[in-house]
Amino acid sequence: MNKIAKAVNLLLKYNTIVIFVALLIASSFASDVFFSQRNIFNLLRQMAGIGAVSMGMLLVILTAGIDLSVGSISALASVLVAYFLLPDSVVPMPLFASVICTIIIGVLLGSSSGFLVANRRIAPFVATLALMTIARGLAFIISKGRPILLTEAGEPLKNFGSDYWLGIPQPVFVMFLIFVIVFVLLRYTVFGRLVIAIGSNETAVRLSGIRVAVYKFGVYCISGGFAVVAGIISTARTGVGSAVVNPGMELDAIAAVVIGGASLSGGKGTALNTLLGVFILGMIGNIMNLKNVPGYSQQVIKGLIIIFAVLLQGIRSRSEAAKTS
Amino acid sequence: MSEYRVEMTGIGKSFGGVNALKDVSFRVRPGRIHALVGENGAGKSTLMKILSGAYSKDAGWIKIDGKEVSIPNPHTGRKLGIAIIYQEFALAPDLTVAENIYLDHLGSKKGFINRSRLYRDADELINSIGFEINPRSTVGDLTVAYQQVVEITKALSEKAKILILDEPTSVLAPRETERLFEVLRRLKQQDVSIIYISHRLDEIFRIADVITVIKDGVVTGSVGPAEVSTDDVISMMIGRKLAAMFPKRDCAIGDELFCVENLTKGKEVRNFSFSVRAGQVLGIAGLVGAGRTETMRAIFGADPKDTGTITLDGRPLKINSPTDAVKAGIGFVPEDRKEQGTILSMSVRKNVTMPSLSERFSGFGFIKQAAEKKNTKKLIEKLAIKTSSTETDVADLSGGNQQKVVLAKWLGTDCRVIILDEPTRGVDVGAKVEIYNLINELAADGLAIIVISSEMTEIIGICDRVLVMRAGCVQGVLEKDELTEENIMNLAIVKQPAYAL
Repeated sequence: MNKIAKAVNLLLKYNTIVIFVALLIASSFASDVFFSQRNIFNLLRQMAGIGAVSMGMLLVILTAGIDLSVGSISALASVLVAYFLLPDSVVPMPLFASVICTIIIGVLLGSSSGFLVANRRIAPFVATLALMTIARGLAFIISKGRPILLTEAGEPLKNFGSDYWLGIPQPVFVMFLIFVIVFVLLRYTVFGRLVIAIGSNETAVRLSGIRVAVYKFGVYCISGGFAVVAGIISTARTGVGSAVVNPGMELDAIAAVVIGGASLSGGKGTALNTLLGVFILGMIGNIMNLKNVPGYSQQVIKGLIIIFAVLLQGIRSRSEAAKTS
Repeated sequence: MSEYRVEMTGIGKSFGGVNALKDVSFRVRPGRIHALVGENGAGKSTLMKILSGAYSKDAGWIKIDGKEVSIPNPHTGRKLGIAIIYQEFALAPDLTVAENIYLDHLGSKKGFINRSRLYRDADELINSIGFEINPRSTVGDLTVAYQQVVEITKALSEKAKILILDEPTSVLAPRETERLFEVLRRLKQQDVSIIYISHRLDEIFRIADVITVIKDGVVTGSVGPAEVSTDDVISMMIGRKLAAMFPKRDCAIGDELFCVENLTKGKEVRNFSFSVRAGQVLGIAGLVGAGRTETMRAIFGADPKDTGTITLDGRPLKINSPTDAVKAGIGFVPEDRKEQGTILSMSVRKNVTMPSLSERFSGFGFIKQAAEKKNTKKLIEKLAIKTSSTETDVADLSGGNQQKVVLAKWLGTDCRVIILDEPTRGVDVGAKVEIYNLINELAADGLAIIVISSEMTEIIGICDRVLVMRAGCVQGVLEKDELTEENIMNLAIVKQPAYAL
């Protein structure tokens, strides 16, 4: 009896991994092409952008914030990186400069959210909602509502979207790199420690003499930067800069973070679990595509799985609470 | 009909092993104003929360009008006719007066509100206690005194027979207090029993029919105001022997180290000045709401201040945030360790190194975890923190050990001034003595120490010098040889009518 209880506890503790593995097994039974290299790479490539954005979202959510602007910032980045290469753009520039400028603009937009939240104490939901609208609007203005084809100067970017490095698609590499950065940040740095601490008890951190605003500002900048990465990946994969890409990406990222066991009230969540959350979401979509589940039904099923995952976490935190009291 | 409206007999209540109330008996007759007095933390509020149903009792029984009742929640309490009005009003500021009064029974059975009737009823009820307030006005626009009347009217609308008022005059100007007394006298004629909690003895002597004194969770007596003097009541409230709890400190007191001049912050802190020497323990005494915590928070930069200069070692400091204060060498142990002092969900190690993390335990932004662990181990040993390891979550520690963690945070920094706000609240006796020992050690190291405490014995036992606050001002400074509970109470309590307000 005790052993069973222990096993159940263990399962609940690592519930994200459990869901992930269960889904992996279920997927392999559901479709024999699931484990084919083609499908796996395809899946990973699709997840590269959302993976990068989710890592930024995790940092923001750890501080008990939220960033709704990431989808729009990625769309703006997708447009900008192609636009800067155009010979008739305001400032025509080579690819390298275009990427750098796009990243800077994304970080600046993120820093605007950060400033509003950290210094002006505007609710993160509201501040980033405003930035979401602004960024999407700018993307439409700059692209005049039309897709911008990558020029010849953008060839290397296109190659980046389709080439492999050590047998792995390059955008997937970027996602893993970002994951490692966030993992290290949260585990080994002062910044990560304090980000988690702020989400757990901001007052206590402030009264310890720490400049809370600096860290809050920082997470929104990082989130904006990662959103740019997602936008550039999108342009690299499709060869087109478009203002309509990544709709609702912010919500998928939030879902991934939450499935990964993070709490929207802050202070709880890890990089690894968030990555698993991204995989879980991606796999659900992938397997349903393979089984030809119609798109609308996919949405319903995805929603149900999110509810299930979060309920499972609820059970866990309640059993923990029962233990401590 | 029973002789008493309320009979509480043998009431006991403990919080985590600390006895808040021990075998308390308390009886109120109908149509009487019964004052309940005692020091902060004596158990007045706990007793009233048990009566109103906010707390459950561990022992004893309660009779209302001679019938034994159980009051498991405030809802039941209200149904039995018990209304309690706290210092912070429970009104909805954006609703009208009438809506607030009838908030719990606004609509008819069909779920619709009959506004004209609502306003008429409210008007009548307000008139019945001798007031004129437009029932259509928004509560947030009223003065505090009128809001209080709305609260009382609300209680009457629920047919309250027992009205409990917790420090009702602390927010009122003298003339408003007179109006309140008129209301209370009127209610008395309507046979309502009123339980009146206050620190203001002058008011109690004017309005109360009976005074019951509570001290350390025990009733020390019930007297009529005609039979006794205010001094008698004060000695009933305090007057006990100092336990041998306070370890002797014989370190030399050095030069003036930390100095605050003309600190002002709105109405909460007014023209506050003091200085502390190295190796000295300065106590800040006063009643709850006297502005002690507000003062210290303003000094530490946790709240903005209007004016005031702060100097350390003769150097003026610019403190606009806690970061400035910590950089300057000031440490602050807040009164609420769970909400403000610690991060419960993080380990002892992560809590202890928080203020010194970037200065002492990092290189290029990376945390030096080994050094961090070593340092934490040292502090755990030094402070005798009972924890299974450096990685235990602070939530799993006892209150006393949590408090030691907060202290350890500052021992790891180079702070020269440490402010302790209620350092032993909710801490068991053993841990208390350990904390006092620690304070002595810090003093011996030449730190200047400021202690806010509501416990008289503690203030007297550990401080070299005590500053007594009332209404945001320094009421007086007592040196070591003048430290008695009477002297402190005399300064802390308003004996004369409070025209100064």
